[in-house]
Amino acid sequence: MNLTLKIWRQSDANDKGKMVDYKVTEISEHMSFLEMMDVLNEQLVNAGEEPVAFDHDCREGICGMCSMFINGEAHGPDRGVTTCQLHMRMFKDGDTITIEPFRAASFPVIKDLVVDRSAFDRIQHSGGYISVNTSGNTQDANSIPIAKHAADEAMDAATCIGCGACVATCKNSSAMLFVGAKVSQYALLPQGQVEAADRVKNMVAQMDLEGFGNCTNTGACEVECPKGISLDNIARMNRELMKASI
Amino acid sequence: MALDSKVPQGPLKDKWTDYKNHINLVNPANKRHIDVIVVGTGLAGGSASATLAELGYNVKSFAYQDSPRRAHSIAAQGGINAAKNYQGDGDSTYRLFYDTVKGGDYRSREANVYRLAEVSANIIDQCVAQGVPFARDYGGLLDNRSFGGVLVSRTFYAKGQTGQQLLLGAYSAMNRQIARGKIEMFNRHEMLDVVVVDGKARGIIARNLVTGEIERHSAHAVVIASGGYGNVYFLSTNAMGSNVTAGWKVHKKGAYFANPCYTQIHPTCIPRSGDYQSKLTLMSESLRNDGRIWVPKNLEDVTAIREGKLKPTQLTEDQRDYYLERRYPAFGNLVPRDVASRAAKERCDAGYGVNATGEAVYLDFAASFERYGSEQAKIQNISNPSAAKIKELGQEIVRAKYGNLFQMYEKIVDENPYETPMMIYPAVHYTMGGVWVDYNLMTTIPGCYAIGEANFSDHGANRLGASALMQGLADGYFVLPYTIGDYLSDDIRTGKIATDTPEFDAAEKEVTERIEFFVNNKGTHSVDYYHKKLGKIMWDKCGMSRNKAGLEEAVEEISALRKDFWKNVIVPGTATEYNEQLAKAGRVADFLELGELFAKDALVREESAGGHFREEHQTEDGEAKRMKEFQFVSAWEYKGEPKDAVLHKEALVYENIEVKERSYK
Repeated sequence: MNLTLKIWRQSDANDKGKMVDYKVTEISEHMSFLEMMDVLNEQLVNAGEEPVAFDHDCREGICGMCSMFINGEAHGPDRGVTTCQLHMRMFKDGDTITIEPFRAASFPVIKDLVVDRSAFDRIQHSGGYISVNTSGNTQDANSIPIAKHAADEAMDAATCIGCGACVATCKNSSAMLFVGAKVSQYALLPQGQVEAADRVKNMVAQMDLEGFGNCTNTGACEVECPKGISLDNIARMNRELMKASI
Repeated sequence: MALDSKVPQGPLKDKWTDYKNHINLVNPANKRHIDVIVVGTGLAGGSASATLAELGYNVKSFAYQDSPRRAHSIAAQGGINAAKNYQGDGDSTYRLFYDTVKGGDYRSREANVYRLAEVSANIIDQCVAQGVPFARDYGGLLDNRSFGGVLVSRTFYAKGQTGQQLLLGAYSAMNRQIARGKIEMFNRHEMLDVVVVDGKARGIIARNLVTGEIERHSAHAVVIASGGYGNVYFLSTNAMGSNVTAGWKVHKKGAYFANPCYTQIHPTCIPRSGDYQSKLTLMSESLRNDGRIWVPKNLEDVTAIREGKLKPTQLTEDQRDYYLERRYPAFGNLVPRDVASRAAKERCDAGYGVNATGEAVYLDFAASFERYGSEQAKIQNISNPSAAKIKELGQEIVRAKYGNLFQMYEKIVDENPYETPMMIYPAVHYTMGGVWVDYNLMTTIPGCYAIGEANFSDHGANRLGASALMQGLADGYFVLPYTIGDYLSDDIRTGKIATDTPEFDAAEKEVTERIEFFVNNKGTHSVDYYHKKLGKIMWDKCGMSRNKAGLEEAVEEISALRKDFWKNVIVPGTATEYNEQLAKAGRVADFLELGELFAKDALVREESAGGHFREEHQTEDGEAKRMKEFQFVSAWEYKGEPKDAVLHKEALVYENIEVKERSYK
């Protein structure tokens, strides 16, 4: 298929940036979206132009590195996928596709479609861990049974890949789904109880400090989350915060 | 230099304990004055960084991604082995050791593997304490699954995302130390050289991938944890950025590179679909617990399937060839990876491949749906369940176990694997070879260590499933933190290492000159053009089976391709900005050297062992035929061009395990 691409180009954080049109031809429906971008970039390199910068790494939907806002949706039109898992069969011959970076005040653009998501790391530094040293002498892994449903729910929360689609999608640029997922994982496990109160307070404080907005229960984040992280995690985070504050 | 593996004396089971009891320690007050650089933040690098920082060292960690959490360990699916014997099926440290040495086709170092098996149980304890949500059974205890090449269930897992959960565990441990200021994290940085001062590794040259700035970082020791080099094949299951550069740079500065030809071609990957393909996707080996692998028995059926006139589900049992169950009745679909991959290739080469390219076999879950469904019907007390009901109940169980993998398959292939069998084909997945290390995990450069997939040590010629995660975390959490202390105990009076020295000047100059060359070269071909050409040579001539003539051609062709690259490569943009093409150019340049050494190593190794299959050396039934005279590690010393590399041999001695023909029949 032949496509017209409208892509955000911005040389660095200080550049104003603009949309630029490109044409790609003979795109196979079996290609992934990023393979289509590879075709464009190869075309640009061979023409002596600068290729479009975009983040990507594992290309199997787990590292969370790829981003892109495609036709107004984080990770594009398909559900339950990252951009690297989005396939061109979701588009038609002759389509015009608009490609922008994940936009949020807390995710400044580095170049073109590459944004700085280090705010997520800083939130994790503030409490996204259980304080246990490596010793080889912690207790046996089976000494505390954990109900299967609790372990499964913790796992569901822990599948967050930290891509930032929730923030990019939210009209308030809220990071509550991301923070809620981490808080929930530990809140559901006995190992996480000891530091639970401090953890949720510190992580929420850091989240606010980074400039992420508040949650107004629209639920767009849950829809666009490539890993199907549930809004329940935000509710649980709020409960944990309430518990910790009284 | 003679190779000294520094394996401690004494009985196998006491070596590690005795060693730990007798090494030198660094007191906590002195650790504060010692710096360690760790390159890479996967399971090995992440766990090492966190543990060294907990101990009190000042750690500087480097990742080329935007966060340590994105290292490619995250993509490991199936699980992690540990000799816990929670299932009471006869597992033990010795059995894990035995399976690993046998699985590696008797080409790994006994003492290292035993230590790995010994600390494996600690890993699970540590990870559970960190909040890693492993799968559990209804009683709340940890669940296990089975993997290829073993007869026990010792694999711990978190759905099909075990690597992700373990990495996030190590990342959380890092975060705690970053918050304390004990780890200084350098994201979007790439190591471009190691700096050796007075014969010791004392720092690195790194490039800030956002600004292009070249930076000097000093330390008392440098740890390479940069993963494997599977991307030398262009197409592999590795991440796009995975590269050999850190390992190759230390090789060029004096570290021997061991067994480059030992590569793992994983049997269950999604087949390639076209020339534009950028990477291949793995379907976890754990699927072989419940899936049966087959091709049609008759070539007419193969043709009909390829033409779309026949569906695989229409073939009756007697029209199918479950070739692994046929050839290896004892292990069936759970033979080790190298065996399963070659068997798939054998069927496809004989014309039985089931997709348009002729390079695919079926992985079928119908029997599992039936088995689990019947079991569930009994549990749920459903009398006389219909076949459809049984299938539905069975599918629910399979969805709970591998749901994310099935979803991933469907998104890529656009076929529903619950209704029609998956199509799979082998792909490059892991490299057992790597930087040579002794028992302390130190390379032949004093003070330079290599851990995880970046080193060569524990998997011999073939790695068993669920053992990479085990090795990465064993090295980082439980081995390196001890062994490095022994070395650093000599450095308590050294003080900060200066970076304004001739050694740093020289290393930086070399790095800068290479970058200047790339951005100024008026070439004609893109970096990918060369990478794809290299990948094709590697796959065709150094792939699942190799022969003398092909390997000799590969050496010549790679050497010629490298010369062409240095004349005609084109890199757009400048050196002082975010420039992915520039980063890639440096990585491909190193692959072009490694690839030649790889072919040379495969040429010299006149035997078949594990993943290294030389057509000249096979048994009557086409199995790998080892040669007694090749019972050694090939450690290559850099001498300029790859063709001039000098071979050093580390003899492998087996005192605790009988070396015999590896049979899975």
